Amino acid sequence: MSPTPALVVDNLRKTYSNGVEALKGISLTVQPGDFFALLGPNGAGKSTLIGILSSLVNSSGGDAQVFGVSVNKQRSEAMKLIGLVPQEINFNQFEKPFDICVNEAGFYGIPRKIAAERAEKYLKELRLWDKAQMQARTLSGGMKRRLMIARAMMNEPKLLILDEPTAGVDIEIRRSMWQFVSAINAAGTTVILTTHYLEEAESLCRNIAIIDHGTIIENTTMKRLLATLDVETFVLDVTAMPDELPSLPGVTLRRRDEHMLEAEMARSHDLNSLFAALSTHGIMVTSMRNKTNRLEELFVRLVEGGRNGKEQAA
Amino acid sequence: MSNTAANLVALNTIVRREIVRIVRIWTQTLIPPAITMTLYFVIFGKLIGSRIGTIQGGFSYMQYIVPGLVMMSVINNCYANISSSFFGAKFSRAVEEMLVSPMPNWVILLGYVTGAVARGLVVGAMVLGIALLFTSLHVAHPFITFLSVLLGATIFSLAGFVNAVYAKKFDDIALVPTFILTPLTYLGGVFYSVKMLSEPWQAISHANPILYMVNAFRFGVLGISDVDVGVAFVVMIGFVVGLSIVALQLLKRGVGLRS
Repeated sequence: MSPTPALVVDNLRKTYSNGVEALKGISLTVQPGDFFALLGPNGAGKSTLIGILSSLVNSSGGDAQVFGVSVNKQRSEAMKLIGLVPQEINFNQFEKPFDICVNEAGFYGIPRKIAAERAEKYLKELRLWDKAQMQARTLSGGMKRRLMIARAMMNEPKLLILDEPTAGVDIEIRRSMWQFVSAINAAGTTVILTTHYLEEAESLCRNIAIIDHGTIIENTTMKRLLATLDVETFVLDVTAMPDELPSLPGVTLRRRDEHMLEAEMARSHDLNSLFAALSTHGIMVTSMRNKTNRLEELFVRLVEGGRNGKEQAA
Repeated sequence: MSNTAANLVALNTIVRREIVRIVRIWTQTLIPPAITMTLYFVIFGKLIGSRIGTIQGGFSYMQYIVPGLVMMSVINNCYANISSSFFGAKFSRAVEEMLVSPMPNWVILLGYVTGAVARGLVVGAMVLGIALLFTSLHVAHPFITFLSVLLGATIFSLAGFVNAVYAKKFDDIALVPTFILTPLTYLGGVFYSVKMLSEPWQAISHANPILYMVNAFRFGVLGISDVDVGVAFVVMIGFVVGLSIVALQLLKRGVGLRS
């Protein structure tokens, strides 16, 4: 028997009072233990979906089940299973991080003694223990984001939802946050992540859904999605460049400046033959990198492809 | 853990947080009413009251206005506490901490109301203590005194909660106290007996719910009232039930809280 999915979204719809149709009947399933990326451009419907799952937004139709518990029909039971890290800072900035965590646990009915132990544990793991008794408003942006993760862990949720948790956070703190969340996931917590940093999603997530204009335009495994990328663009640093770029079969070369080239080629194309061909034209490559992250390239294609298709249909 | 035990923990958390807030900003929550009421006692009770003499039932004007001023400070502080605290939570989005939790709506409401009532009762006790510096009082009916102040505090805590739910900006939580609460309080028999009014003003005064609270409390403290105390309690309980239903419906529908 297959395990109960961590999340089943079934034909979920949301139309706001101003007539905006944010979700147009979306369905998706997240398996327990998954690290799931929910991606989409701004205004695609990601936050509305998360809002419905966390009961901050009332759905207009359909349902969602968290480990088999209906968010609509058994709200309280469903909320016990979820931890939410929202996009916006939403704690009382005049309270202390320790109190914010302990109070959060209290709202979930967790006795104060256990809550205090958990607050210490998670504030330490997120490197906030030395700030535990300071007013939250004195924390830096990155610390506030980590505090929201610590707070979301107070009920030790089976499903942790992270809505752009690293927005505006520097790279070092971002990495430490991902180490923490990866460890939580490895310990069995299902994680749903929305982010605009697609390299994060690519490196962390096993499955992915892309949402645009309130509909799911892609829902597959990260591996399968990346495998569909047939063309890649590399940026090459070169020592010297002829006035006229050579024409190479299967490769489109573009000059970026005197010492930098872009090479767009099929993924199946052999890199050694590219270097050899460039070398015969006196172009020596000193270093290379991907122009964009692979997922980013796919994401742009999918979203733009969907929009162009709609425009043509119109 | 049973749901009842979990709800009690959640309730205790909200009440504790509210009380910590009241104590943290004590210069805004506890001191101003004490200063304001001291001025009332000095100006209206001592300076003007001494020229009025006895007003009703053989009580001096100072003794007469004490219950009304205590009730007025309780009402104002309950209302101010819950409206600013809950709207502040809405404004900072900290209210979402509670909305995404499994806590039922009645726990949220009861927690905030208990916190506001606690502030109202503390302020009421302080004002009563200050009054005793100016005059002597013998509480005629302690149980009625306590019950009437508790119901009055609960009514205005609930009303403040409803105001905070509807409020979209800080100005909105000042509108009701300025344009409704203050006039009703001053016209609710705090400083005078409505029996002193001619008709139709006396009859109109009976449509003011604060009249019943002030007089029920005055009956508890002094043993005199302009209205039937039984009717006063029916009116107060009616308001508690009615406002509780409205507040819970607003929470259920998520008015001003959920999209």
